[in-house]
Amino acid sequence: MKVWLSQHVRTLGATLAKLVRSPVASMLNVGVIGVALALPVGFHVGLSNLQRFAGELAAAPQLSLFLAREANAADVAQIEQRLKRHSGVRQYRYIPREEALREIKASTGLADVIDSLNQNPLPDAFVVDAGEGASQNLEALREEFKRWPRIEHVQLDSAWAQRLEALLDLGRLAVLLLGALLAFALVAVTFNTIRLQILTQREEIEIAKLIGATNPFIRRPFLYFGALVGLAGGATAWAIVLGGVYLFNHGLSDLSRLYAVSLRLQPLTAQDSTSLLLFSAWLGWFGAWLSAGRHLAETDRR
Amino acid sequence: MISFSRVSKRYPGGFEALRDISLAIADGEMAFITGHSGAGKSTLLKLMAAIERPTSGSVIVNGQNVGALGPRAIPFLRRNFGLIFQDHKLLFDRTVFENVVLPLNIIGYERRDAARRVRAALDKVGLLAKEKAYPITLSGGEQQRLAIARAIVHRPALLLADEPTGNLDSAYAGELGALFKSFNQVGVTVVIATHDELLAARLNPRVIPLKNGALAKAPAEAAA
Repeated sequence: MKVWLSQHVRTLGATLAKLVRSPVASMLNVGVIGVALALPVGFHVGLSNLQRFAGELAAAPQLSLFLAREANAADVAQIEQRLKRHSGVRQYRYIPREEALREIKASTGLADVIDSLNQNPLPDAFVVDAGEGASQNLEALREEFKRWPRIEHVQLDSAWAQRLEALLDLGRLAVLLLGALLAFALVAVTFNTIRLQILTQREEIEIAKLIGATNPFIRRPFLYFGALVGLAGGATAWAIVLGGVYLFNHGLSDLSRLYAVSLRLQPLTAQDSTSLLLFSAWLGWFGAWLSAGRHLAETDRR
Repeated sequence: MISFSRVSKRYPGGFEALRDISLAIADGEMAFITGHSGAGKSTLLKLMAAIERPTSGSVIVNGQNVGALGPRAIPFLRRNFGLIFQDHKLLFDRTVFENVVLPLNIIGYERRDAARRVRAALDKVGLLAKEKAYPITLSGGEQQRLAIARAIVHRPALLLADEPTGNLDSAYAGELGALFKSFNQVGVTVVIATHDELLAARLNPRVIPLKNGALAKAPAEAAA
């Protein structure tokens, strides 16, 4: 066990030394992998942030109930009673048609147009807050309200959020595809690097075999190399994304001042970072494993 | 203990390197395999070290049928041997010390223990002062001795050498002969393939003569 461990530690040290000995080649290798991984990871970060913003904005799922024009005060009172008793309604606000008209006049600058009307075209309305976590059954609520008497139209105010969610789903699929393709590229890069190494070390491998080295012993340094390059590539990707987020936040601070909202991108979570590093190390290891298996078998056959 | 029984080796392409060889080399023995080039000396050594497999017959080393060993078992068989190759097979991008420590790293010796053994082996062949040198800076004879140091560093019970005095002058060959003799005296079985009859005459070992891939009548044995 101690021997086994010391052999692994020694291989790790030798592999690190090998990486340091040819810094330019190592850096280029690591850089290629880092850039390749930074793309899907960056998109992932962008999407999660978009989703977070969307979630904040659509946090209160709202429905607007527009009453029929001929509805009278009794109808309004009846609907108010119903809303009060309904379990799916957290809050509601009554907006009488006169108030709605005043608001439009005040906020849209259409005062002249509205003044020229000889009667108020707007209906009475209720704005209903369905409460947190209601986004799933908003559609059901809408159908229910629609069947109530004297309700002309029910508007789902958070419909845009659902559309955005669908778009984000699409984006996530794209990120997944991109990630899969670039993961393949990473495996290919390590595969080729290890192939070249095996070719240049063919003599050494042959001698080691002649004096009793087992196949796992010969394969080990290549696997370590692949995993280390993968890990370094993952760390590079992480740094690139972090730098990107920092730059974006710098730019966003102006924007958020103008819009008076807080817009700040969150970098990768600790969990995502760990997954990224583990996954990239595994990909490097896998590429090396494929390559070593294949090319060591070739040196065997000679 | 090495024993060959009715061993033949035919290479792909039809060349028959060895024909119907039966012989036994006891533990602690020193044996020279002699013969002209192409007589099958190297093939005989390669069969012992499982570098080649016999086409027919069986090669038994330390009770194991070498020809039937699986690929996973072969490395462990080879750790019983010290192998010295005709072309030395040194690593020229590593120092003398690193070349010699290689077998110990493969077996998994602890670092300090390994360093001590490497220095002992280098001392034995007279290269202790050059442990930090690169093989390219060594003379032909020194390279050969380096190869020997690498072969004995893990104290194998069996030393196999293919043309160890290949390109060396006779004085040097004599030194090497004495070196092999000293290993043999501490109980190592030594098998040397050589066409150098001077070396054989000097050490007076058992001689296994090969001719065109078959055992020839040994003059030494015939006389005895």
